Amino acid sequence: MTTPAIPAPDLVVVDRLMKTFDVSPPLITRLATGAKPRMLKAVDGVSFRIAPGRTLSLVGESGCGKTTVARCVAGLQAPSGGTIAYRGVPIADIVAGKSPYRREIQMIFQDPYGSLNPRWRVGRIIADPIRALKLAASGAETDAAVARLLVAVGLSPADARKYPHEFSGGQRQRIAVARALASRPALIVCDEPTSALDVSVQAQILNLMRDLQDEFGLTYLFISHNLSVVDHMSSEVAVMYLGRIVETAHTADLFSAPKHPYTRLLLKAMPSLDQVGAVREPMQGEVPNPIDPPTGCAFHPRCPFAADRCRQERPDLRPLAGGTVACHRAEEIG
Amino acid sequence: MTRTPLVDVRDLRVCARTDRGHLTVLDGVSFDIMPGEILGVVGESGAGKSMTGTALTGLIEPPMSIDGGEIRCAGRRIDNLPPDQLRLVRGKEIATIFQDPLTALNPVFTIGRQLVETIGEHTGLAGAEAQREAVTLLAQVGIPAPESRLASYPHEFSGGMRQRVVIALALAGRPKLIVADEPTTALDVSIQGQIIALLRDLCARRGTAVMLITHDMGVIAEAAHRVAVMYAGRIVEIGPVADVVHRPRHPYTRGLMGSIPAIGRRLKRLPQIDGAMPRPSEIPPGCAFAPRCPIVVPECREQRPALDPDGIHRAACRRSAEVGSA
Repeated sequence: MTTPAIPAPDLVVVDRLMKTFDVSPPLITRLATGAKPRMLKAVDGVSFRIAPGRTLSLVGESGCGKTTVARCVAGLQAPSGGTIAYRGVPIADIVAGKSPYRREIQMIFQDPYGSLNPRWRVGRIIADPIRALKLAASGAETDAAVARLLVAVGLSPADARKYPHEFSGGQRQRIAVARALASRPALIVCDEPTSALDVSVQAQILNLMRDLQDEFGLTYLFISHNLSVVDHMSSEVAVMYLGRIVETAHTADLFSAPKHPYTRLLLKAMPSLDQVGAVREPMQGEVPNPIDPPTGCAFHPRCPFAADRCRQERPDLRPLAGGTVACHRAEEIG
Repeated sequence: MTRTPLVDVRDLRVCARTDRGHLTVLDGVSFDIMPGEILGVVGESGAGKSMTGTALTGLIEPPMSIDGGEIRCAGRRIDNLPPDQLRLVRGKEIATIFQDPLTALNPVFTIGRQLVETIGEHTGLAGAEAQREAVTLLAQVGIPAPESRLASYPHEFSGGMRQRVVIALALAGRPKLIVADEPTTALDVSIQGQIIALLRDLCARRGTAVMLITHDMGVIAEAAHRVAVMYAGRIVEIGPVADVVHRPRHPYTRGLMGSIPAIGRRLKRLPQIDGAMPRPSEIPPGCAFAPRCPIVVPECREQRPALDPDGIHRAACRRSAEVGSA
């Protein structure tokens, strides 16, 4: 993919997004033991933009806040701070129905077993957004749209009469994609869409998603912990650690020249088919508890390059060589 | 090979009795595992890899049953043992590590209590001796400050540390074989590497054999010595991991390897195997992979190919010689 000569206005602009969860002990416990209220900063000042027709991936380990960002962008969760705008309109207004853009944002979830109503036939599942948003004039038109969508995702129109349990995991994820496409969206938020699937099925779904992107000009916000899937799918990547973005870059740059020590270690930790039997040094330590994050740079306890400054001063995301990085020592270790 | 295998599985058949008749879940599975060896078992969901592990640990329960073949461990047949003797094999000779470390541990007992109980059951150690052994095991699996962690409950450990505790529990009976069913699937990549390194290290130091069941080819490539590829209840290819990964001889293995995205490969489309693996009730006559196979010939649909009888890298495909070059 090449960057267009004149940059199109960004479809999604996320600015200093914050999301905190109240994880305090119950009031009665607090009164009895004097325990303090506790807040968990799941997302702590995340900013990014997505241009139309592009795919931005958020990667990171569990608990880094990537899914929370996705849910905020899809309007499923209200941010605690910061702003999210879609085509310049705040997401809150879109969710409240004050804007015609609501149908343009859709989401695909990780678990194709939990995200489809088991009591509804597939036809009804896919027709639901069409009916809810009044996108078809008649029942016959709705049925025709459902049939077209099923064909578009590689199923047959006859499958509309079946129930979700009659399908395999991969086929169910195709149904979830068809449902997401039903409202003619421009942006699809994909939260680990293939991590519950076998690799051969994963290839089918990833290919389908790329084909549909080309066909309908879709923009994806893609959430994944799998770096090789991210490399295959995205135009830009943002790496998250403990609620913050630590590095952003064009995909090819990120994988050929990672700048943040966390990105480097993550890349090294990926098992690869090219390294049969290779004994690699595994990354030390684990992700710290987000309720009680380390001082300074959150990655410093695991970072092989950590210096005194890293323990005291939190690095801001700053531009470097075409991307951005939040590391005091990025130039030195490059 | 001069060494005798620790585990020898011959022509294992497992069936399920259902309302709709007899379903064959495992159909003639044969393999062996040497002492200290890590055998990877890979395949899609429903291919029979977990069922093979379940059969080895003697945990097959109705409606499933072992309908044929035999399983030997350290020379002794274990598939037809009565339940009281099977109890002595399970945990002591063959231990299991499951995917989810949270459900494998009892949430209401401390780690120390669970370890001491398991150690007592298998080794007869009690009191301070069992405590000492528990500390040794926790230290061996890389838990920092093991003495102070004995009084901790499972929820006080992180996911990676919990999986280490599960491995320590599996080691308590000093087993000869560990059946590890997706031991890293629930963990983050950075933790996966740590657990794989630990398993490899334990195999090398203690001579424990591991049957590593996973759908993640990357984990197999990193951890296993040999790999068996399963499809629709049968082993379709088995051999040294480098050979199977880089020179697959079965078209299914080749398709599987091709469909895995690799960093830096940057393909517009991933090569994909169309269709899906047949359910046990719909396995076609002939080769089960024939409906999806790119190099299928009419004979494939009539007669089911057997695994090559000898060699260290064997495939069950009549055209296996052409797979590498195709």
